[in-house]
Amino acid sequence: MPRNNAALAVTLPPQFVPIDEVGIDERVSRFSKRSIKKSSKVQALKLALSMLDLTTLSAHDTPERVRQLCHKAKNLLETMPELPHVGAVCVYGPLVKVAKEVLKGTKIHIAAVSTAFPSGMAPLKTKLIETRQFVADGADEIDMVISRGKFFEGDYDYVADEIAAVKEACGKAHLKVILETGELNTLDNVRRASDIAMHAGADFIKTSTGKVQPAATPQVTLVMLEAIRDFYYATGKKIGMKPAGGIATAKQALHYLVMLRETLGEAWLTPDLFRFGASKLANDILMQLVKEQTGAYQSIDYFSME
Amino acid sequence: MDPKSLDFKTSWEYAPAPEGKEHIKINARYEHFIGGEFVAPAKGRYFETINPATEEKLSEVAEGSSEDVDKAVVAARAALDKSWSKLRASERGKYIYRLARMMQERAREFAVIESLDGGKTIRESRDVDVPLAIAHFFYYAGWADKIRYAFPGKTPRPIGVAGQIIPWNFPLLMAAWKIAPALAAGNTVVLKPAETTPLTALKLAELIQAADLPPGVVNIVTGAGATGAALVNHPGLDKIAFTGSTEVGKLIQRAIAGSRKRYTLELGGKAANIIFEDAAIDQAVEGIVNGIFFNQGHVCCAGSRLFVQESVYDTVIRKLKDRLETLIVGDPLDKNTDIGAINSKMQLDKISAYLKIGVAEGAELYQSSCKLPKKGFFCKPTLFLHCSQSQRIVQEEIFGPVLSVQTFRTPEEAISRANNTPYGLSGGVWTDKGSKIFKVSNALRCGVVWANTYNKFDPSAPFGGYKESGMGREGGLHGLQPYIQYN
Repeated sequence: MPRNNAALAVTLPPQFVPIDEVGIDERVSRFSKRSIKKSSKVQALKLALSMLDLTTLSAHDTPERVRQLCHKAKNLLETMPELPHVGAVCVYGPLVKVAKEVLKGTKIHIAAVSTAFPSGMAPLKTKLIETRQFVADGADEIDMVISRGKFFEGDYDYVADEIAAVKEACGKAHLKVILETGELNTLDNVRRASDIAMHAGADFIKTSTGKVQPAATPQVTLVMLEAIRDFYYATGKKIGMKPAGGIATAKQALHYLVMLRETLGEAWLTPDLFRFGASKLANDILMQLVKEQTGAYQSIDYFSME
Repeated sequence: MDPKSLDFKTSWEYAPAPEGKEHIKINARYEHFIGGEFVAPAKGRYFETINPATEEKLSEVAEGSSEDVDKAVVAARAALDKSWSKLRASERGKYIYRLARMMQERAREFAVIESLDGGKTIRESRDVDVPLAIAHFFYYAGWADKIRYAFPGKTPRPIGVAGQIIPWNFPLLMAAWKIAPALAAGNTVVLKPAETTPLTALKLAELIQAADLPPGVVNIVTGAGATGAALVNHPGLDKIAFTGSTEVGKLIQRAIAGSRKRYTLELGGKAANIIFEDAAIDQAVEGIVNGIFFNQGHVCCAGSRLFVQESVYDTVIRKLKDRLETLIVGDPLDKNTDIGAINSKMQLDKISAYLKIGVAEGAELYQSSCKLPKKGFFCKPTLFLHCSQSQRIVQEEIFGPVLSVQTFRTPEEAISRANNTPYGLSGGVWTDKGSKIFKVSNALRCGVVWANTYNKFDPSAPFGGYKESGMGREGGLHGLQPYIQYN
């Protein structure tokens, strides 16, 4: 659904916001120097688990594999039944129904990647059709990709209008907008794309598809969190953040949470407003939690792979 | 509460993460280091050095009299004549390299003692003070056998014996700034550390002894102002190098007027940090925080006057206030602490007096909501908003975590206000526009201007002031110059 450009001009910030990469690097290094130990660590690791979008996005995903992943989402570790459940399971659209079946009766959301993921190279019309289909199949969240080509051409209106149209197609489902920061090249572009996505109606902004390197980095995540902060200051609306890809260890996750805490504060320390898109992270966090409880690291063989 | 405000009192807090201090050794008592030996003070008097974060005694240290100073100067002169000047320059370089390597091996110990004795956070002493001090030794070690190339066409010689007086804000780093270029250029020294922070210099003395540096090349006499005065007035010195207050710098200039003593002075400052509307605002806010709260604001080049272009004033102040809420004030040895203890009771009293003055002068006081430890000397990070150029909190160096904020409309206005001070040590410019950086930094009358960053130091970069912020440069090639003369 194309939007009126004049209306858009009013809602976009008056000028593009410059980002200083050296300054971002310095701030990021401060987060990674926070020392998170003991009860503080356990609390944060449990929070991180609740923020997980347990993900499988492989061309050879099978219904059986998705079923197993959903069982893992419900039941992270048998020996620790008190653990929170993950935020969502993230799958390709055609597998939404499979996930829905297994997750029925739980509060775990189903996220479906949409809009010709991961390239976004498709006409808007087909992007809207698939989005509507996945929502109808039971997706609670839609993860779309922006049209990077149009972005680089400077056709920001196209990018914004497309997001707005997908948002409308989502209906009640939440919309996460993937910027694919690994292709945006500069932090200035990351900021620009974040602003466009939020103003066009994104509920969440997300770094990456996981198909392009680099995927999520602390640097792009900080730029996006600061964009969210400015949007909140300006509008009072809380936009969520999802770094995805490249976060494999509990320690990395802790540093992301430190960044979140010191940039946006208490209101964002919830799965409603922050998610990790990751496939390997869960087991590393579980391993750390078991270590905090028993004092020893267990073999990875004690943790089910999915 | 503004419905759009952010809440940094979070349900998830960081548990204490104190750096261990089991591996460090502090003696119950320290003597002077003269002629390669630890020597008891002539008058037998000692003074205490305390941990400003707990007010507990750490050790006691010899109080230097004029007899002690004389002994040290005589030892330095003898070392200059008999050993240090006779050595090949490359051998002198080797000694300095050796010291640098030994400091690296004991970096953790130096960092912990620096934090214990001075109140600075372990994050800074571990990541800034100690590595930079070591880097200075490495840097000047490299110059030792290349001095002639540093001053082409001339025949440089050492000046002789240097008296060096250093402050309490960066105790080990300032010792390195002073000792490394002096030794590289072939001089010998008598160093006096500040009375509140003598321990790392004395630990360095232990390393100097262990490194087998020829006796008397480096001598360390501890004490307060009277000891410093005895050193400045000693007729056996060829040069005075001083870092400290402008007030004392002026006293030193008077004292040595008419003598043969050369001098370099690195004195106070009241730096302007100028934020233009086209700056990367979030990174500029970090720069403001780093500029004024680094080392509790005990920094001569601290960005203590903030100038914000009026169109972004509200945004900058809002972000700055939010950022203040995330600063952790407390135990300097905790790895998560951002702001440690004020160095001494005397300094805390001085800062507190300025807080009263600022309020009385009509500026708007804003402090973060953090809780301060019950014991020890602490000060909340403080902003003074809506300041005027005529106020004392804008004109005078507070040397604490206190930032005065003013607005400006045009670059010309910012420049003229920034320069309207007797000081001229440093400044900061924040803009995304390169041409503006050059225009403004060229117009600022100060020795160092940082663009889109602040408080960056490197041994190869000269540092020093315009106007009443001092004379002479330390660091880099320029830092060798005060320690050489030409045939």
